[in-house]
Amino acid sequence: MSWPLFFAQLLNGFQLGVLLFLLSAGLTLVLGIMNFVNLAHGSLYMMGAYFAAATFGATGSFLAAAVVAIPATLLLGLFLERLVLARLYARDHLYQVLATFGLILIMNEVVRGVWGQAPIFMNVPDALSSTVNLFGLPYPSYRFAIIVVGLLVGAALYLVIHRTRVGMLTRAVASDAPMVAALGVNIKLVNAMVFGVGAGLAGVAGLVAAPILSVQPGMGEPILILTLVVIVTGGVGSIRGAFYGALIVGIVDTIGRAFLPTLLREIFERSVAQAAGPAIASMLIYLLMATVLAVRPQGLFPVKHG
Amino acid sequence: MDKFPRHDVFRLRVLVAGAIVAAFALVPVVSIWFGQPFYVTLVSRIMIFALAAMGLNLVLGYGAMVSFGHALYIGIGAYSVGILSSLGVTNGWVHLAGALGVGLVSAVLIGLICMRSTGVAFIMITLAFSQMFYFLAVSLKAFGGDDGLPLDARSDFGFLDLNNNVVLYYVIFGALVGTLYAFYRLIHARFGMVLRGCKMNERRMLAIGFPTWRYKLTAYVVSALVCIIAGVLLANLTKFVSPSYMQWTVSGELIVMVVLGGMGTLMGPIVGAAVWLILEEVLASVRLGLPGGMDALFATHWLGLMGLFVLIVTLALKQGLYGYLVGREGKSS
Repeated sequence: MSWPLFFAQLLNGFQLGVLLFLLSAGLTLVLGIMNFVNLAHGSLYMMGAYFAAATFGATGSFLAAAVVAIPATLLLGLFLERLVLARLYARDHLYQVLATFGLILIMNEVVRGVWGQAPIFMNVPDALSSTVNLFGLPYPSYRFAIIVVGLLVGAALYLVIHRTRVGMLTRAVASDAPMVAALGVNIKLVNAMVFGVGAGLAGVAGLVAAPILSVQPGMGEPILILTLVVIVTGGVGSIRGAFYGALIVGIVDTIGRAFLPTLLREIFERSVAQAAGPAIASMLIYLLMATVLAVRPQGLFPVKHG
Repeated sequence: MDKFPRHDVFRLRVLVAGAIVAAFALVPVVSIWFGQPFYVTLVSRIMIFALAAMGLNLVLGYGAMVSFGHALYIGIGAYSVGILSSLGVTNGWVHLAGALGVGLVSAVLIGLICMRSTGVAFIMITLAFSQMFYFLAVSLKAFGGDDGLPLDARSDFGFLDLNNNVVLYYVIFGALVGTLYAFYRLIHARFGMVLRGCKMNERRMLAIGFPTWRYKLTAYVVSALVCIIAGVLLANLTKFVSPSYMQWTVSGELIVMVVLGGMGTLMGPIVGAAVWLILEEVLASVRLGLPGGMDALFATHWLGLMGLFVLIVTLALKQGLYGYLVGREGKSS
């Protein structure tokens, strides 16, 4: 195993982690604050990617794609929240799972109907198409930019939640919503806002993922499952948990897939390693999550109330 | 309650249940009479999913544990048949014993870990386990991997020739009716009472002195075993085993079937599975001759319409179709 390769894979894992963080930050807030299971979050990400790719296809400008995709996903999220999801806040988790499962099927078909079954592609913006030099190692600048964007979003979220009045209200609603409502705060508005921000972040994730992944119907589901793993591993409702959880999951998954098969070959026979390597690598994050939940059911970084 | 005295409601429920079971019993006779043997396979499929949904209902409806990973057990059942037959073991009893044995061990272990969490975390951890097995199946290159594994023949149960579709149909029918009766006894026995008590107020059940986790774990394992039998039957029906049986959408569909039919009712999952799979069949392949290109729309985008259907049912029906069918007093059964 060569160190430059390991370092590059580590950065790739970091980049996947940052992408997961953009998705899990919004979802964990919805889950923690409204106690709402939103399986359609992955579909919002898919819509964001499609909005971006379609705008890019029409204008050829990455900036225009960003200007259209992020607000469009945010508005779509708000629209869905008002139309469907807000009716389910008071119902059992089961119905929330079901309704959002239905939304996934609908949005996949809408995408298939409008843009077709075949994947559509989007180019990396020209300014970021080369590589950057990180300690003597060339790394694609676009992927590096994703990491920077993710860290900036993380820092901004931290500041908003811990240093502003809106953030204080959000935390208050998370720990005792009826009491906050009794003090005269419009809970509905806070909920809609949190949901909108979550949808907007899903749009950001879709936008940055569109040039490096293929944009196609159903692209939201695999990443949704990863996002859920992140949230539960990190601790439901905790932005900090989502951040560390996303990085852990991203790095473990990438490093595991890249090096586990080779590593097993050193220990076991070739045939055993070839069969078991990929299997264990793809199961790794689920094993991690099951272990975390078995030992600490509340996740690694649970929210501290009070 | 004011409209019907209690025994009348009871009788209506028994009538509906009897009619459904009788309808299942008559399908092969009628479809062969009309020369449409295709329906035997379709209804076999419906009954297999009804069986799995019934299993899930034990934890979901009676135990209030939202398992989002029961497709895992369908997969264990199916892969036991697939792997054993590809190794040259054709005896059906061995298939069944292997599936139930592996299933029992994994369900107990997985159940023990899952029971530690509740609510959202429980949903997610069951999902995680089924994904784990899904990826395990995908990477089993020796047994088909991603492409799945076709079977040469169905399980050999000696005197029962499963290669005859009608015989297989009645075997599935027998499994369904047998499980229905067993669940009827189970739900009305002390075990079922305790389980439903846990659903209403677990803390109180603990305070009375019941070791609730033991009851919940038993319910989880029983429901897993029922899904495993459904998996064994599914592999035999399709003569094909594939990781797609364990996809997370299958777990989602099982939940849809249970809720659609009516949670916590004995017949609900059967009704739900029948409605869901018939709807799928109608939207995906039957041309109704609707005007204005509607047929083409249905044919290509039927999955979206299924989604719309799920959404409407979730928002509008709180008791499921079966609960709606036998009246609002459906909870006490």
